[in-house]
Amino acid sequence: MSIVKRNSKLPATAGALAALTAMPALADWSRLNMPKGVSELSREIYDMHMIMVWICLGIAVVTFGAMILAMIRFRKSKGAVADTKLLHNARLEAAWTLVPTIILIAMAIPSVDKLIKIEDMSGSRLTVKVTGYQWYWQYEYLGKGVSFYSRLARTSDLARQRGSGIDPNTVENYLLEVDKPLVVPTGTKIRLLLTANDVIHAWWVPDFGMKRDAIPGFMNEMWISVDADKPGTYRGKCAELCGADHGFMPIVVVAMPPAEFEAWLAQQMATE
Amino acid sequence: MAHGNEAAGHGDHHGPPKGFTRWLTTTNHKDIGTMYLVFSLTMFLISGLFAMLIRAELFQPGLQLVDPGFYNQLTTMHALIMVFGAVMPATVGLANWMVPLQIGAADMALPRMNLFSFWLLFFAFMLLISTLFVPGGAPASGWTLYPPLVLQTGNAFPMAVFAIHLMGASSIMGAINIIVTIVNMRAPGMTLLKMPLFSWSWLITAYLLIAVMPVFAGGVTMLLTDYYFHTSFFNAAGGGDPVLFQHVFWFFGHPEVYIMILPAFGIISEIIPTFSRKPIFGYEAMVYAIASIGFLSFIVWAHHMFTVGMPLAGQLFFTLSTMLIAVPTGVKIFNWTATMWRGSISFEPPMLFALAFLFLFTIGGFSGLMVAIVPADFQYHDTYFVVAHFHYVLVPGAVFAIMAAVYYWLPKWTGHMYDMTIAKWHFWLTAIFVNVLFFPQHFLGLAGMQRRIPDYPTQFTDWNMVSSIGGFGFGLSQLLFVWLIIRCVKGGERATAGVWDWPHGLEWTVPSPAPYHTFEKAPELH
Repeated sequence: MSIVKRNSKLPATAGALAALTAMPALADWSRLNMPKGVSELSREIYDMHMIMVWICLGIAVVTFGAMILAMIRFRKSKGAVADTKLLHNARLEAAWTLVPTIILIAMAIPSVDKLIKIEDMSGSRLTVKVTGYQWYWQYEYLGKGVSFYSRLARTSDLARQRGSGIDPNTVENYLLEVDKPLVVPTGTKIRLLLTANDVIHAWWVPDFGMKRDAIPGFMNEMWISVDADKPGTYRGKCAELCGADHGFMPIVVVAMPPAEFEAWLAQQMATE
Repeated sequence: MAHGNEAAGHGDHHGPPKGFTRWLTTTNHKDIGTMYLVFSLTMFLISGLFAMLIRAELFQPGLQLVDPGFYNQLTTMHALIMVFGAVMPATVGLANWMVPLQIGAADMALPRMNLFSFWLLFFAFMLLISTLFVPGGAPASGWTLYPPLVLQTGNAFPMAVFAIHLMGASSIMGAINIIVTIVNMRAPGMTLLKMPLFSWSWLITAYLLIAVMPVFAGGVTMLLTDYYFHTSFFNAAGGGDPVLFQHVFWFFGHPEVYIMILPAFGIISEIIPTFSRKPIFGYEAMVYAIASIGFLSFIVWAHHMFTVGMPLAGQLFFTLSTMLIAVPTGVKIFNWTATMWRGSISFEPPMLFALAFLFLFTIGGFSGLMVAIVPADFQYHDTYFVVAHFHYVLVPGAVFAIMAAVYYWLPKWTGHMYDMTIAKWHFWLTAIFVNVLFFPQHFLGLAGMQRRIPDYPTQFTDWNMVSSIGGFGFGLSQLLFVWLIIRCVKGGERATAGVWDWPHGLEWTVPSPAPYHTFEKAPELH
């Protein structure tokens, strides 16, 4: 397969670029929190996530505060005597039924416009059909005649065997490297058609904010878009249990400026 | 007192037969309850062993101990055994022991069926566990059994399906028994709205069981015919739909999580008043909250499958209905807090576990809210964030409540007080390690580690190590629990009828240990 060979340098160069841009982000929160990602959707989802974290922390302070206060103030060992008449309080009970209802509905409302945006496939300029197999991916650039498979990189595959004697820490991008990545243009809305050949898989790159199942016999769709100023290599994995090697079918996406992408695509079409 | 006359009136033939026959032939609710509880504890330890093997493999990146295929068998069996073999039988065992004592009934309404449902469950699990030794190994598709993956199971497939049928039949019979008992055998004067909340929680749980177990049985039967008779319920090539199974599964599976947690709510509602020395705050609200959670649990199932691709309206509906469950759940949390308010609180082991439940279950509730919101769930779905979420509601939620119940009622069952020092050690080790075990999994999930993988990229190493250390600590701490129970059964300081400082409810009016037959004459209610 000449295609595989010719482009094996591309992910490496793009990867180095991405590593540089992603470095400051990696340093702080990335091991503890959801990535902000590199697309409009992923940032919106990140913001929603953070709002919910803060709301939950707020509620936690109030409820846990009340519990802790009760545990401190009303200890038998401190001589507390039970007030066995405190069994109902209509106003209080109404309040803690109604107030949470309002907060919860308010929490759900921001999802509406985001969902509408997520489900809106219009305006996409490129369609890639993604097919899950046990245990690799196939990418087909519809209408371009370009199609290839994407499997776990050899280095990771060797290291992950039981008793391989290879320390995963010495393998670059252990379990997150493929032989041939999906290449997409930045700043472009890309429609992905998802399906599978055998069992259900799920396509997920955290930096794009979305995951969706690839179901045999059915065609699911989702769209991704990488910020124009954030070309790079983005990594993800199959997210739906699909058998023994579920953990070993990574997804690597190289996002490059449209002009470079066109050149890459032309080259692929020529060799196809 | 009713039990006083009974020994004199009926003679010896009512005593239990000696030895092994007693356990094979008993129809006594207390004996059957004990068998359920012992069975549950055994399954908890076996399944816990699987979990520790999982955590050992995940201690560092690379594959050290198990092959990926066997790893999937471990996660699948861990879940199936914990859900159906440990948590559910424990709550059934508690119901068997305590519902008749709480409502003043002499026994369960259908004692032979009661015994039958226990032995069905026992053999269901012998069958399920034996799949580990058949060609192709145990089911490895996750406890969710999604096709087409589950159809790749080897010889274990029909065995697992039949095991599920058996445990379903067992659960349905158990549920019928509890409903019939509660509806017909309450002591005169014990109206429904005077009934203790543990019995209430089980009444509603029993209805959930009857409603959803047949759905699950139907779903796995369709899998069976797809596998052997080439039907195409879930096979797209034949006009079927793999996602249909997910709908069927979660229509069962979501109420199932409430089947595990509602009895826990009931237990906590018994314990917090006792150790706050004050009746439960907002009793009616507590009953209505359980009932509304029971109802809502039927209309939220698809929140487990947001990523399958659903119409916009469907996504919004399931987001909203799911969030609404937080309202009655919140009411319960607030009412428990209000019960403690202006109480006189002491911190015996049952109360310690109940308080830990209160805090940690609430944390699970928060992450539950987060995963309910659909665009954000596109990130959370199938990651360790979800693993952390449901383990927070099931371990420091359901399991802590069950342990609290054991510490609460053990003196009533055995007639002995247990060793308070060991109990406190068990509590603190368990409560600390459970957080070391599960809290870091939130971070792992958010940072992008997906579920059900035996090996992971190296940036996840640190938190996986922490989590594994927590797992080993948690697992080993449970040996203290086993040791404490064995010692308490064998002997110890004699327990009084009331056991605790502020006993409330009929179960504390009979001596400890509870006589073999209680309430043969219905008790008088004040």
